[in-house]
Amino acid sequence: MTVYILCFVLFLVGLYGIITRRNLVKIAISLSIMEFSIFLILVLIGYVDGGLAPIVDPEMAGQVYVDPLPQAMVLTAIVIGLATTAMLMAIAIRLYRKYKTFDIREIKNLRG
Amino acid sequence: MEALIPLFVAIPLISAFLIIILGKLVKGLHRILGPATLLALLIMALFSFTGLNQAAHIYTMGGWSSEGGFPIGIYLVLDGFSVIMLCVINLIGFIALFYSLSYIRKYTAEANYYALFCLIVAGMNGVVLSGDLFNLFVFLEVSVISSYALVAFGVGKTELEASFKYQVLGGLASMLILLAIGLIYWKTKTLNIADVRNVLDAGYSKPYYIFVQVLLISGFGLKAAIIPFHAWLPDAHSSAPSPISAMLSGVLIKAVGIYVLIRLFFNMFVFTHEIAVVFTTLGAISMVIGSLLAIMQWDLKRLLAYSSISQIGYVVMAFGMGMILIVKGDNYPAATLALAGGIYHMINHSVFKGLLFLNAGALEHRLDTRDLKKMGGLSSSMPITSSTSFIASMSISGIPPFNGFFSKLIIIIAAIDGKFYLLAVLAIVVSIITLAYFLKFQRYAFFNKSPGKALEKIREVPFAMSFSMVVLAFLCLALSLLAFPSLREAVLQPALQVLMQSELYSTTLLGI
Amino acid sequence: MEGMSIIVKKVAQLVAGLIFTYGIYIILHGHLTPGGGFAGGAIIAGAFILLILAFGSNAMKLREEVAGTSNTESVAILMVVILALMALLFGAKVFFANFLDKGEPGTLLSAGVIPLYNIFIGIEVAGAILTIFLALVIFKEESSK
Repeated sequence: MTVYILCFVLFLVGLYGIITRRNLVKIAISLSIMEFSIFLILVLIGYVDGGLAPIVDPEMAGQVYVDPLPQAMVLTAIVIGLATTAMLMAIAIRLYRKYKTFDIREIKNLRG
Repeated sequence: MEALIPLFVAIPLISAFLIIILGKLVKGLHRILGPATLLALLIMALFSFTGLNQAAHIYTMGGWSSEGGFPIGIYLVLDGFSVIMLCVINLIGFIALFYSLSYIRKYTAEANYYALFCLIVAGMNGVVLSGDLFNLFVFLEVSVISSYALVAFGVGKTELEASFKYQVLGGLASMLILLAIGLIYWKTKTLNIADVRNVLDAGYSKPYYIFVQVLLISGFGLKAAIIPFHAWLPDAHSSAPSPISAMLSGVLIKAVGIYVLIRLFFNMFVFTHEIAVVFTTLGAISMVIGSLLAIMQWDLKRLLAYSSISQIGYVVMAFGMGMILIVKGDNYPAATLALAGGIYHMINHSVFKGLLFLNAGALEHRLDTRDLKKMGGLSSSMPITSSTSFIASMSISGIPPFNGFFSKLIIIIAAIDGKFYLLAVLAIVVSIITLAYFLKFQRYAFFNKSPGKALEKIREVPFAMSFSMVVLAFLCLALSLLAFPSLREAVLQPALQVLMQSELYSTTLLGI
Repeated sequence: MEGMSIIVKKVAQLVAGLIFTYGIYIILHGHLTPGGGFAGGAIIAGAFILLILAFGSNAMKLREEVAGTSNTESVAILMVVILALMALLFGAKVFFANFLDKGEPGTLLSAGVIPLYNIFIGIEVAGAILTIFLALVIFKEESSK
């Protein structure tokens, strides 16, 4: 149970980073930290005590394997996270070119 | 007809990447391939709508049918509710794409725009058709990431800032959704929507699933821009190019926000009274606050964006009322009426909000401004824009004989039938406030005295833009015919059957 | 952007070939060992990024390269969707089915259409990561002039 609580603490660290950091790049990194904590929770959900890696060996039947479905989910979600981070970074450097700063206190053109 | 179902996702994917590759060799290919793809999708959607026959069509990807009662493949499901959403998505997509044939010439890199547009339609088709939780998440991310890129398409200062804000909040919402999917998998050991309902019918622990439902309401509520998750919507929808605003506000917040909420809460989770009350309260608050915030706006597209929040509040409130009435179990006709009102208002809002954003785009195309104080007296120089926006404003405010009147009337009658008198009064008050700010839009944009000589030389917008606006205005009038009971039954009855008899979803799917 | 010192260039030349081969190994054995398309594609992209960082290029040369990687990525995705649609013609006539011969489990040429999917997804992921990297580098080069 402590493993899940540690992953949730990592989630809260990422959330704290999004709320309090002022640099655009640090906000993007905090979002990535939050994503990775969710991936850890997903993989740990599929863990079976004493299980082997889920590659079936046809000679030895009747083994206990770890659940492979959350691993497949996390592989896909890692690629989605890559796309999200790449989009954020592209927007961040274009914002730097327009405003000459990464500070979100300066980038406040839209109000109301 | 089952063979058509995977083509809804495969065809836009192929054409998006063909546009990128062949766009460098053949100039102007994107202007032919984009509209042709969406026209093909629209014809396929209307064909599926007429050929539905009251049964759910299931497509098992890869041919993995169920073994011993447990579905082990990924299902694509086409039933009454999905086919209505498919028609709306592809119709508004085709019209917005046709409109952007002349609007996007101002921007550079046109080929990328058409490729991203095809991807966003592919993602939304996938979300609406999916019968599996993680498949839904993947297609949700495809469409949402394409929309991040499209909001920032004209790379000016305001667009980039709006896109960054949208991305951070959208990424947070996607993480909450993924966490909720993980928690559902932990307890039920399956990802198929019908199978989860099967497992939940056998008994479940209530506090755990209330936590999961709250996570899902937060995540999908942020995609659907319900108050208090609405902070990204005014910036993103006002800074995007106008056809993309029409797609975002007209289709995206419904297809990946409200549709998924309704599908999961009606057909996957067992109803609880607390969650139904939460739904209704959030809907009522969105309705009121959205309209109050819209009155103060002088920027045209921000006004339309806040009004989107208000109208989505109507839809969520209608579905919430239906849930409360089904849980109490004593007033099924009122529940059916509330659900019918919700679905009808969803269809109507796509049409008239799309038309309003296209009008705002036409005004911006000719005048280069979105500020209402700088416009005036355009009703004589831009007749098509003026008359179509008048029709749309009358529709959204609920003036007969346009379609908005009938859908709001159905919601108010359902509220009175189900004894929600406070909600009926709020709906009427918000409708009057909606009329107020749309009259403000009409007066300042079209019927005021012209503030200067510079506005005398404005001509009408090109053919592609006016054709799209006229088609949507015609639909505003045509959809009001759905108020007649016979037509309403023919169109909405399959969807209502899926939602009212919510257990049938899992039993029909697993029996096959 | 400028390249790095001569030691870094020589070591990068030696190691990039090994990394590339390792990436291809991970992709090809995706149905036998952990890894598969995504991980192998990222490793192949890493080999190319190492070479670009060590040797440096000016913006013109990088712009030709980004056209190449973008086309590679799009062609690979088209091949994936076409493979999925080809399943509609052979075998079980369902979208995304496994229609090739399945062979013996445990050998390299087995599991039907899965190694083909792994190869195309690997090429696609490598192309995508390279395109993102090159686009960001070109943007920085242009904005610093």
